Amino acid sequence: MAEFINFYFIPGLILGSIYALGAIGITMTFVILRFANFAHGESMTLGVYFAWTLVQLTGLHPLVVMPIAMVLTVLYALSIDRIFYKPLRNAPVVMLVVASFGLMLMTRSVVQFFWGVQLKSVLPGIQRPIMVLDYLRISPKHLLIIVSALVLMFAVHYLLTYTKIGKAMRAMSDSPELARLTGIDTEKVVLATWVVGAALACAAGVFLAIDTHVETRMGFKLLLPMFAAAILGGVGRPYGALVGGLIIGLAEEISSYPFFGTEPLLNPGYKAGVAFAIMIGILIWRPSGLFKGKVF
Amino acid sequence: MDAFYGYMLYGISLATMGGIYAVLTLGLNVQWGFTGLFNAGIAGFFGIGAYTSAILTTAPTHRHLGGYEMPYVVGFLAAMLLCGIIAYLVGKVCLRLRSDYLAIATIGIAEIFRLILKNETWATNGPRGVSEIPKPFEHWPEPWNQFAFLALVLIIVAIVYVLVEVARKSPWGRVMTAIRENEPSAKAAGKNVEVFRMEGFVIGCMIMALAGALMAHYLKFVDPNATDPLLATFLVWVMLIVGGSANNKGAILGAFLMWVVWSATEIVTSRLPDELAIRAAYIRIFLIGLMLQIFLQRFPQGILPEKRPTVPKSNQNNEAL
Repeated sequence: MAEFINFYFIPGLILGSIYALGAIGITMTFVILRFANFAHGESMTLGVYFAWTLVQLTGLHPLVVMPIAMVLTVLYALSIDRIFYKPLRNAPVVMLVVASFGLMLMTRSVVQFFWGVQLKSVLPGIQRPIMVLDYLRISPKHLLIIVSALVLMFAVHYLLTYTKIGKAMRAMSDSPELARLTGIDTEKVVLATWVVGAALACAAGVFLAIDTHVETRMGFKLLLPMFAAAILGGVGRPYGALVGGLIIGLAEEISSYPFFGTEPLLNPGYKAGVAFAIMIGILIWRPSGLFKGKVF
Repeated sequence: MDAFYGYMLYGISLATMGGIYAVLTLGLNVQWGFTGLFNAGIAGFFGIGAYTSAILTTAPTHRHLGGYEMPYVVGFLAAMLLCGIIAYLVGKVCLRLRSDYLAIATIGIAEIFRLILKNETWATNGPRGVSEIPKPFEHWPEPWNQFAFLALVLIIVAIVYVLVEVARKSPWGRVMTAIRENEPSAKAAGKNVEVFRMEGFVIGCMIMALAGALMAHYLKFVDPNATDPLLATFLVWVMLIVGGSANNKGAILGAFLMWVVWSATEIVTSRLPDELAIRAAYIRIFLIGLMLQIFLQRFPQGILPEKRPTVPKSNQNNEAL
């Protein structure tokens, strides 16, 4: 049991909260700007490289420089929106998907050009896990990630429930036409969507970098699980994205636990396929997701 | 004379690769140009086609599944059949939803296929790939074997072109355009939108599989890099958007043009010092991406814009009656 919690459940929780934070941006862009943003993973990669550079420059802990990296990522997302997405806003929406697909490769090539493709690390050294209640082992970095992820999730909750712009975002995601009729400033909501999405993407990327390492394909690897999390939770449902992310993360890690005998239930090499399988399942049986999201 | 011979061989290889890309782009044109479906996993179908034909036609070996030594035609047809079935299953799940879901699912298919290539080494030889794939005409004397293979590719391009062109001008093609342009009114006219979309998607994927099989036999080698989203998905998209979506001539033009641009810039960057050459490769990707964005924003029609087929006179009269 201790083995299950230490090596499968806790890593699943970590991965799940990373997916969850990333999926919020995906689900909100999907519902408010009406397109699946393939470049979202790349905002994440870029944010991580901003954070890595800041760590190199200042020598501080990655979580300390993370707010600055988040601001830089937001600036990136806003300029991308202005240059590449805004001119296409009146074109058929699928054009935006094509544009975001192109931006995915463009952004990655910029990262590869400036930072190279070698593995990097934001937090050097090996950390000794802390023992809790004799048998629970949790490493300090995992504790940090979970706590920071919880803080961010509460911040999102506060924003969506108590602030004017957050309420406007939820109104837009429920019914764009109705929101516009009641006088909500669409452009402002679009702006807020990019700010929230990019900031959370950067944070999720930094958490992943603290947990593993920094590489140029990390955002792309997260793209499919994040889409799966957004669809599982219901498109346009930020809380759904949180739950969906946690479920996908846990399912990926737990899928390789040896439930029967000593062999892993699923070859760990196919871990990345779990998200896809869950997504296909939900598309077949309940395309609106767990939280009754939008279906286009 | 030697220099000329070298240039000629280079020209043949450019044209052959351009031709294979033309087949891929025609496949995408059926999906995107005709039907408006976004396939973000071209690399997956391309790779499945390449591996299927490779495994069916190679000589016995202990490195991977194979040893069936089937004729090329069987390899090509099996590749198309398998991709058609996979496309049907994906389509069954995603085509009733908007195009975005299909995009996500197709990129997923490409990723899953990459996982299979990586994990099932008994069948695919893992990252080392399948080698010694037979190539049509390879026993002919140099350079005639190259010419012959080029001719084969061009004949296949021509056949695919004629078939999709006939399809585009047929009533089937006109329904496709109707669905792409205005789905509710196509539905109102009694067209079963899902069935038509499925046909477009499956046919497109089968054409992509054919291109994959051709590539495997041309290079005599296929490894997991075949599913690289950059070369097999992104470049094809740029080719179609630049050449002109929904125009089959545009698709072919875009494929040859962009392949020449892509290869020519590689010649330039490979002459730079090593460190710079690696970095310059990323600039190439960036610039190609920028080109896609410029075409999307300024010239969404591409170089050769779509030409709607005219309805034959006799038909018009019938409809008037």
